[in-house]
Amino acid sequence: MNEEALWENGSAPFRVIAGPLPIHQRDVLAKDWQTLAQTLRRRGARLLGIWGEERSDRQYRIHALFLTADSCYWCNLALAQGVEGFPSLAEIFPTAVRQERAIADLLGLRPQGNADQRPWLRHAAWPSTFLPLRANPVPLTELSTQGDTDYAFQGLPGDDLHEIPVGPVHAGTIEPGHFRFTCLGEQILRLEERLGYTHKGIERLLQGQDPFAALVLLGRVSGDSTVAYAWAYAMALESIAGVHLPERAQALRGLLLERERLANHLGDLGALGNDAGLAFALTQLLAIKEEMLRENERIFGHRYLMDLICPGGLTMDLGADTCQQLRASGLRWQQRLQDLELLLQEHAGLRDRLVGTGTIAPDRAVDWGMGGLAGRASGQAWDLRVQFAPAPYDRFPMEISLASSGDVASRWAVRFAEVFASLRWQEKLLQELPTGACKMPLPLPSVGEGLGIVEGWRGEIFVALRLEADRIARCHPHDPSWSLWPVLEEAVLQDIVADFPLINKSFNLSYSGHDL
Amino acid sequence: MQTLQVLVALAIAPLFAAWLQMLRALLQNRRPAGLLQGYRDLRRLFHKEAFLPEDSSWLFRFSPYVLFGTKVMASTLVPILAVDLPLAPAADVIALVGLLAVARIFQVLAAMDTGTPFASLGAHREMLVSALAEPALLSAFFIASLLAGSTSLSTIVLHAQEGLLSLHPSMVFAAAAFFLVLLVENSRIPVDNPATHLELTMIHEAMLLEYSGRHLALLEWGAQLKLLIYVTIGIALFFPWGIADEFAPTAILLASLALLIKLFVAAPILALVETLLAKKRLFRVPEFATTAFLFGVIGLLTHFMLGS
Repeated sequence: MNEEALWENGSAPFRVIAGPLPIHQRDVLAKDWQTLAQTLRRRGARLLGIWGEERSDRQYRIHALFLTADSCYWCNLALAQGVEGFPSLAEIFPTAVRQERAIADLLGLRPQGNADQRPWLRHAAWPSTFLPLRANPVPLTELSTQGDTDYAFQGLPGDDLHEIPVGPVHAGTIEPGHFRFTCLGEQILRLEERLGYTHKGIERLLQGQDPFAALVLLGRVSGDSTVAYAWAYAMALESIAGVHLPERAQALRGLLLERERLANHLGDLGALGNDAGLAFALTQLLAIKEEMLRENERIFGHRYLMDLICPGGLTMDLGADTCQQLRASGLRWQQRLQDLELLLQEHAGLRDRLVGTGTIAPDRAVDWGMGGLAGRASGQAWDLRVQFAPAPYDRFPMEISLASSGDVASRWAVRFAEVFASLRWQEKLLQELPTGACKMPLPLPSVGEGLGIVEGWRGEIFVALRLEADRIARCHPHDPSWSLWPVLEEAVLQDIVADFPLINKSFNLSYSGHDL
Repeated sequence: MQTLQVLVALAIAPLFAAWLQMLRALLQNRRPAGLLQGYRDLRRLFHKEAFLPEDSSWLFRFSPYVLFGTKVMASTLVPILAVDLPLAPAADVIALVGLLAVARIFQVLAAMDTGTPFASLGAHREMLVSALAEPALLSAFFIASLLAGSTSLSTIVLHAQEGLLSLHPSMVFAAAAFFLVLLVENSRIPVDNPATHLELTMIHEAMLLEYSGRHLALLEWGAQLKLLIYVTIGIALFFPWGIADEFAPTAILLASLALLIKLFVAAPILALVETLLAKKRLFRVPEFATTAFLFGVIGLLTHFMLGS
């Protein structure tokens, strides 16, 4: 991208942040904030995340991370001391709305121009005067377990319409989220989500922690993406230290990430079949997933591959014989999955449920700035592994899996395609696994700023990190679900209430990764 | 004798449901819970405390008993073990359909009484589906009645036992219609999923969400009984051989044996259907019920065109 063009209104030039992906960072003045976002939007950028911090006493910063086809742009808006508001990007990037509301909840900074000023992550648990991410928050005297009673849902007026409140407590063992449907009979006219029930205060908890010890917590932001979060955080640390990992360490991290993707995709495919009333798909696919998890436990020591990535590499290594075992089981699963895919692809009843349900057309996907698995199912060719081919994907290229109709069937198809792609990739990698060390010492400076970004199974997971005096001053882990939850509200609009669970499952977004 | 039949029906209903569950589990490569699970579930529920929703009225408390009562009553009308039971004169197919309709009305009213959105959603869907399933059921019955010249179940079964019914093509359509109605009315896949936890997709289960303890036990038992009644009606209409036409102990014993064997064979058919099919989209369910009705109508037309 031409940096001059972004440079029209004058501020500082871009700095390059060391790391496996191109990341450019720059400071922006408040008056240029929206112009810059518009310029980026015109150039096809997506907003990956927007977050805030208190840099020093009552001196706040807003950060936004954008992704274009050839680079990440990390823009910092430094507010003047004491200023507690910032220009909103909600008009330019619709997914900014909730993230800016979260900034208001956690830091007390008002997004000016954001039409929605309701709290988002803050429920009744703590008062609006308590701002958890401030350096010195007003001491909290009491936490409440009361639920919100006065949240203003934006229903539709009309005598013939009725509202169906669903959750946050559901009939199955699933995470808590509230869905408010406005319906005409079975037809969904509007869906409004309410999330934040699992707010854990992770960002506050990270402040002041030892950067090496914090990895354990980062691996627990969202259990289904523990490898992606741990890798993104380690990548941020390594970019601050300015080191290049040995090839074997990169390759093994890639192996872990793809196995995490495999396990989640297999589970989701099975669950999608089950939600369509086809328990056969669930039991068959879950059996393969379970075999994989048990193999993970046996070979890596943890079913979901937790705590295997450490700053500077991995805590484990693979022997030649275990590589053979992994290859053998990978080939076995590939065969079984090919049979299953064919069988399910031709199951008329299942196809009838999946095709044309929960559609997000490609042009709407562009408007929303969709990425990740759901984006690729709507024809959006964003995949960090393919676009930038960071190590180990430079030596072992990954193929992109796309579909264009954007319905549940497309998300199903992309999942299946990615399962096969990951299995083939694993086979290639294990055939010629680079030799060498899989861990290196990490000389960490006491001050620094870094960012790590990884293509998790849902989409781009990133961790932004700033160190000060050997401690974490601010760490922001970001889940792609932030940008996809609002899309789900639109995806259900042409459908009926009874199909919502299926559509929801086809996105399978994270509550835990969102409700930090 | 009458009492014996009701008791047998009550006793084997949970067993049949568990057998069906067991077959489904086996077909899906799962480890089954065993044949006694139905009884264990009922015992557990009867020992639990029953909670009532805050704003519910007497209707909510009253309904489980009405539902259970009507289904016990229905089981007296169906010739499960023997024909010519004391209540046989009342065993009219229209009365039977009416009894089941009474149960349904109470169930729907009780669901709406709770005022929860899921229960009323379930109630609306139940009415949507049953409005089409009921005529289909009646038309299937009428085909058999036309052949036997009576709407009394006992007469129909006796008629069928003499082999006069078995070769009529209209009965094939009646059987097809009845099988589809059986799936619809007992909330089986592909119409409803009795195993789901997704509130938004439920039909029958959604209406039971607010029930607990002994109320839920009665409703579950009632649902098992209803499935058994449907299956035994199917057996009585289309495969009546073995049903006792006199009250001799040997005949009853033979009838019981025949019933057990038929139930044993009927379950795999149901389990296979439920494993192979996915659940239909909700708005395709009326089409499904209409297909059942269509089979019924074709059956009637066949009867009139081919003559009896």
